[in-house]
Amino acid sequence: MSTVPTGIFASGSEAGRTAPAAAAWRITRGGFAVLRRTPPGLALAWLVIATVVLWALAPGLFAGQNPVAGIGREKLLPPSAAHLLGTDALGRDLYARIVHGAVHSLSGAFVAVTVGLFAGTILGLVAGAKGGLVDILVMRLVDTLLAIPTLLLSLTIIVLLGFGTVNAAIAVGLASVASFARLTRSEVVRVRGADYVEAAYGSGGTFWRVLWRHVLPNSLTSVIGLAALQFGTAILSISTLGFLGYGAPPPTPEWGLLIAEGRNYISRAWLTTAPGIVVVLVVLSANRISRSLAGNAR
Amino acid sequence: MVRRLLARIGQALIVLLAAFTASFLLLQALPADAILIKFMNPDLGLSPEQIAEIHAAYGAGTPLWSQYLRALGSFLTGDFGTSVQAGVPVRDSLAANLPATLTLAGLGFLAAVILALTVSVLSNLTGLVWLRNGLAALPSLFVSVPVFWLGILLIQVFSFQLKLVPVIDPGPWERLILPVAALAVPISAPLAQILMRNIDAVLTQPFVAVARAKGASRHSVLWRHVVPNALLPTLTIAGVLFGELLAGAVVTETVFGLNGLGTLTQQAVANQDVAVLQAVVVISATAFVLINLAVDLLYPLLDPRIAEAEAR
Repeated sequence: MSTVPTGIFASGSEAGRTAPAAAAWRITRGGFAVLRRTPPGLALAWLVIATVVLWALAPGLFAGQNPVAGIGREKLLPPSAAHLLGTDALGRDLYARIVHGAVHSLSGAFVAVTVGLFAGTILGLVAGAKGGLVDILVMRLVDTLLAIPTLLLSLTIIVLLGFGTVNAAIAVGLASVASFARLTRSEVVRVRGADYVEAAYGSGGTFWRVLWRHVLPNSLTSVIGLAALQFGTAILSISTLGFLGYGAPPPTPEWGLLIAEGRNYISRAWLTTAPGIVVVLVVLSANRISRSLAGNAR
Repeated sequence: MVRRLLARIGQALIVLLAAFTASFLLLQALPADAILIKFMNPDLGLSPEQIAEIHAAYGAGTPLWSQYLRALGSFLTGDFGTSVQAGVPVRDSLAANLPATLTLAGLGFLAAVILALTVSVLSNLTGLVWLRNGLAALPSLFVSVPVFWLGILLIQVFSFQLKLVPVIDPGPWERLILPVAALAVPISAPLAQILMRNIDAVLTQPFVAVARAKGASRHSVLWRHVVPNALLPTLTIAGVLFGELLAGAVVTETVFGLNGLGTLTQQAVANQDVAVLQAVVVISATAFVLINLAVDLLYPLLDPRIAEAEAR
């Protein structure tokens, strides 16, 4: 058995291990150190997000019952061992519907954030880097978009695109373009004056190349914090649109729609309470993670 | 000073014109024809010639730029067109629904200010660490709660379980209690967040130490010196809060079955009634721009330190 020195992390207990084992030990120890430094609230937030992502990826692992087809004689049952969160008016298991609904809410929020992030970052990047007339035009457009309340802006786009899960997600995303553009622009303006950007231009870099290699990566940290925040906001907005009936059509188990369907059975409070609590937890967690990302950026 | 004023007003006008143009392009120029959707319905038994006639009467056949100029002209004179679905002038249905929504939004705003003040002042006064931390965490909880869900929850708890607020035939004010509460919670969150930060910042100012040294109690310093100074910066988010109030009204009115601008908007979206939606969008953008303009112009008067900084 060869005893390879394991570099600066080598200690008495590690000296006897083989190199791969020591490396693995180092990674594990590093992981524990990160965990120990993570505040419990933040760890909990990541746990919530990880759980709903798993729900979205493999709902069958978490809930065996059919989320769409119900059993007629088992309708409106209170929570029990067989139905953790009870059943709805068509005898569908509410827990299964919430688990299977994760994919609709999460993918909707993902589409929304992607649309807002891409369109907003490009607008802000060009405005901040080009300056001059382009900057003025883009920023007036941003002012205009910010002047219209986001819900009304989303509704306007939905009238244009039609109802549906994807359309609602795009509408929510387009409504967030302005805030991404404004933040990216201010970051780019900050980075643009830095010496290394001047140096990159001076050593013969073209406008787009310098933008891509130097300005964009250095502007992106706080934009990613905003993206995490927008993820929570998008889940709220998409569930609101679903509740109003402009998102996914029934019988899709989208969370907002679940709450809308449950409100007709006031005496069965669990039908609205359970999906609502899930939405609150996911949004709270996304906001908590966003705050930690924004804190790292500073 | 006058030049700055004019530039600021000019900028506001440009944003307004752009908002009108954007809503015109999105709602009138691009979408499938709302007029056709309604009148092509075979139940109405209209011949193609009659449909074409109706089409022309709504001015849909003319080129885009002339439609645009005509729409702009009539918006400027306060004529928002005719609701295709209801067949009444949009101005009339707006006038009928605006007071109810303004009452709801105004009361919601008032409740939000009171809630935010209570949370932030309590978190400052209390000596208990757990209470302070709990109160400080409330704003992030408040922004994470869907308004429509909160509304349903309030109905379930206060109307059906505790039977405190009647749902069947409530009085004009009783009817508003729960909607106002539901609306106030998310609006209070950004207010409370700013207030908490400001109260902490103002407390470190020398004039607070002077007031305390002169023998004023902690409470009186807080209410007489700290809170007024901490409230002032919240004015800067007045425009955003107005938008949130309007959006919240759309949702709360739907949940509680109240009539108002929100229900009107919701029906306009469901029926593709673009004239109504465009009027609501343009009016809310106008209100946002005017509120921000007013705050920008009034702020130096309310806070002399800013006027001094600008004069220098």
